[in-house]
Amino acid sequence: MVGAMTPRITARGPVSQALQTAFRHAATLDSPEMARVVELAGVALEEERDLLTDDDLQLALFMIYGLSYGDTVDADDEWEWNPQLVRARRLIERCFEAQLRARIPVDDLPEPDAEHVAAFLFALTQEDGGPGLSRYIARTASREQLLEFVIQRSIYTRKEADPHSWAIPRLTGRAKAAIVEVQSDEYGAGRPQRIHAEIFARTMRALGLDDAYGAYVDEVPAITLASFTMMSMFGLNRGLRGAVAGHLAAFEMTSSIPNRFYGNGFRRLGYGDDVTEYYDEHVEADAVHEQIAGRDLAGGLAEQHPELLEDIVFGAKACLYVDGLAGQHMLDCWQAGRSSLRAGVAVAA
Amino acid sequence: MTAPREEPLIVACADGPLLVRGHVALMTSGGEPVEPRRRTVALCRCGVSAIKPFCDGSHKAIHFKSDGH
Repeated sequence: MVGAMTPRITARGPVSQALQTAFRHAATLDSPEMARVVELAGVALEEERDLLTDDDLQLALFMIYGLSYGDTVDADDEWEWNPQLVRARRLIERCFEAQLRARIPVDDLPEPDAEHVAAFLFALTQEDGGPGLSRYIARTASREQLLEFVIQRSIYTRKEADPHSWAIPRLTGRAKAAIVEVQSDEYGAGRPQRIHAEIFARTMRALGLDDAYGAYVDEVPAITLASFTMMSMFGLNRGLRGAVAGHLAAFEMTSSIPNRFYGNGFRRLGYGDDVTEYYDEHVEADAVHEQIAGRDLAGGLAEQHPELLEDIVFGAKACLYVDGLAGQHMLDCWQAGRSSLRAGVAVAA
Repeated sequence: MTAPREEPLIVACADGPLLVRGHVALMTSGGEPVEPRRRTVALCRCGVSAIKPFCDGSHKAIHFKSDGH
């Protein structure tokens, strides 16, 4: 039954509104409703708005990618490859990518061999002190703030690993073996209850939160959507396979130590293993994954395709940059005594 | 028919853990088995992991150097 599993999504402006209207109509080649989306997206993009914080365009991109992921939007499957839909998607993607590249300069590259690339990425991710989000969670965050943190992260984490998996058939040899080794662990190595996204669902339920995909999409700001749409864009476009490899490496390299702090934050407020299992699992898992993703995936790909080295570094820096902004948003709001969600969502605390 | 078991492979990661792939028996010095929870595991070699014998990434925080090995 169409729609039974999809979240309620409220439009945030003319483009996402027009997209919702189009999704209620047939996915015809000359759909006037989708032509309107293309037109409105063009108008919005001409205004040269900051796409990382643009609620309307980020939500539109989130809904478009939702056609490929499933369980996200209530729309005919035919829309996924509808030429007008793809046109709207590419308009937004090209602008999004251009803005990211303009803000994230890649001016320093390692030698294109696995050891140098791994060492470079480890150094890069270590320099990035991050916004101190994990330390705040460990020491200071209130119960309500911990729930907000889980809600913010749920946009990606309930689909954990999926954005990078789009890249698998675009890789070969050592890089392919590496990403499959990492993703197999993310997907529970044959045990459905060990799928990381499902462990996270248990955390959400133990906190009294709704674990259905996108249950809180209306509450998260554009920057949270941008973190997910960016990695989806990297994964869904073959031309960005270098970026998706770099992104995964940086993501894994900034995970094991923060996850220990996150788990400690929940323990500090008296939560048990049913809540902290997800974080504790990632302390150990990502200490393995960061070695494989840095050396065999990113490094292996650079050895095979030195021409992708710049994009590998770009993808890693983009991960640090965008996730840094998303984390800083939470910290800024909390330190100012506000909710980090769009409209204070009523959650059972 | 049993498939031939592949030789375990241990990668000494520069400035990091020992990455162990393939089937190995892991036990404490007291003879207690240590259950690996994943197919590929990382064993601590900097000495500061909080989840020994496994790696938790702490080597990065202490700037552990393996001196090229």
